[in-house]
Amino acid sequence: MSESCKFKCYIWELPVRWCHWVNVLSIAILALTGFFIGNPVSFGSSASDFTMGWIRFVHFTAAYAFAVSVLSRMIWSLIGNKYSGWKEFFPIATASGREKMNKMLRYYMFVDKEVPETVGHNPLATTAYFALFLIYMLMILTGFSLYAEHAPGGVMHKSLGFMYALFSNQGMRLAHHASMWMIFGFIINHIYSAWLMDIKEHGSEISSMFSGYKFTVKKEK
Amino acid sequence: MSIQKGSDESEKSEQGLEKREYSVGEILKKRGVSRRDFLKFCTAMTAAMSLPASFAPSVAQALDEVKRPTLVWLNFQDCTGDTEALLRSANPTVGEIILDILSVDYHETIMAAAGHQADEALENTITKYKGKYLCVVEGSISMKDGGVYGCTSGKTHLEIARRVCGGALATIAIGTCAAYGGIAAAVPNPTGAVGVKDAVPGATVINLPGCPCNADNLTATIVHYLVFNKIPAMDSKGRPLFAYGKRIHDNCERRPHFDAGQYVEHWGDDAHRKGFCLYKMGCKGPATFHNCPTQRYNEKTSWPVASGHGCAGCSEPQFWDTMSPLYRRLPHVPGFGIEATADKIGLGLVAGAGAAFAVHGALNALRKDKEPTETKEG
Repeated sequence: MSESCKFKCYIWELPVRWCHWVNVLSIAILALTGFFIGNPVSFGSSASDFTMGWIRFVHFTAAYAFAVSVLSRMIWSLIGNKYSGWKEFFPIATASGREKMNKMLRYYMFVDKEVPETVGHNPLATTAYFALFLIYMLMILTGFSLYAEHAPGGVMHKSLGFMYALFSNQGMRLAHHASMWMIFGFIINHIYSAWLMDIKEHGSEISSMFSGYKFTVKKEK
Repeated sequence: MSIQKGSDESEKSEQGLEKREYSVGEILKKRGVSRRDFLKFCTAMTAAMSLPASFAPSVAQALDEVKRPTLVWLNFQDCTGDTEALLRSANPTVGEIILDILSVDYHETIMAAAGHQADEALENTITKYKGKYLCVVEGSISMKDGGVYGCTSGKTHLEIARRVCGGALATIAIGTCAAYGGIAAAVPNPTGAVGVKDAVPGATVINLPGCPCNADNLTATIVHYLVFNKIPAMDSKGRPLFAYGKRIHDNCERRPHFDAGQYVEHWGDDAHRKGFCLYKMGCKGPATFHNCPTQRYNEKTSWPVASGHGCAGCSEPQFWDTMSPLYRRLPHVPGFGIEATADKIGLGLVAGAGAAFAVHGALNALRKDKEPTETKEG
């Protein structure tokens, strides 16, 4: 165990944390309501009920929240601090990034014993986040394309015209459904990794997502 | 709005006899259609074209004055289902007569001429009325190996389509096969079947998909042309907006049951008998644009969902490949076995990830490792 006094570093700015938790909440709601929309239960007892109607309303509302959150995070990657910057998501592009990735991979594969310290993002995690971001985009685009079909010729339907050229209607549904499972796979990985690094690194990995502060032995300016 | 005025025009035929072309209104009168029925028809057509009711007099006036257009009907790789849909109506209607009085100069299924006479009729029409005649195409066009898989009187359908559709004022691709290749174009598409627009990209094509196409939509398209002298506004898939502008799901009579959360779970169950929503039985209404719920088939008698069967999505491109399986909500995942649904694969993925990380976690709990220190760079 390290006996050293650690530095308190402000890593995650408020918008980063907000986007993270809005994503968590909206994905949970979207997955739950999405499952129901994909395979509904006959909850309605009379034709004047509106069970599916409300569930779809919640799904669409959460979808807007999610889309705004993802878009805000993209914008913040251009204006926020260096830990939130877009360059963080491509460690593979730089030599130092590749070295960090390699170290992290060696640690995960039980090759190295020493826990590599990461002040900002874990380089393996950001690489996964980029893939996740692509899944988010697919999710948002297929979701809004399917949604826009209630008003053909409307602004949303017209601006998503390229999606209807790329996908068949049912293909969009399948992609939307399969992407959710991929996000589930990611969530398992994500929670496990955060939990593991919190234990191993003693840098308060998990609470940093609430407070914004991490504790590191190495001080970065 | 320009109208072809032609009732007073005369021309000399080769035999020196006066040949007079009648207006649509005059022909209907001769056929014994009462003025009242004619006006009712005009009103119905105005509604079918999604025009306000105030347009009905304009439609009637235009049909009164307009000359009948020349039309040729080509049958390619098809089942003649659209011809059947048109001809087999229970009662002769004004709509049917409208189509009947079209100067149908060539229709393989119903024309009296055969062999060389039939070829001659087609040839004469497309030469004499070049750029003025309407062409209706039924069936897909085979493109593979130079189009040898579909021939009529020794010429490939591709050759005929290029010649006839290329010289037409407009081509109406009737049915899903003519519009998008249909069933013949389903994987693996052995004949290289395509729709008219893909075979003759230069032609002006109006797609009227459906399996079969609703004859009302064909009538409305022709009436639209007669009234406005131009082709109707179309969507990105070349279908008239008046008939394909709205999704089936959004006009469905069972929609309240969908919103309420009342679904048919099995064929013939209580919910099925009560007419609840067929969403869980794989109805493709949410993925299909067509006016079936409002226009209905066979003198507005019924349509698939009304009779208790989900929509098959027959008016969408590649419906046979993308809408199947017909009784499930989602398509199969390509590359996996036929019974593998997205959910089964997803569950496998999640279980696999969970198991892998559980093992990783257990190994991590057992190992002794070194916490980050000052000496090492992170």
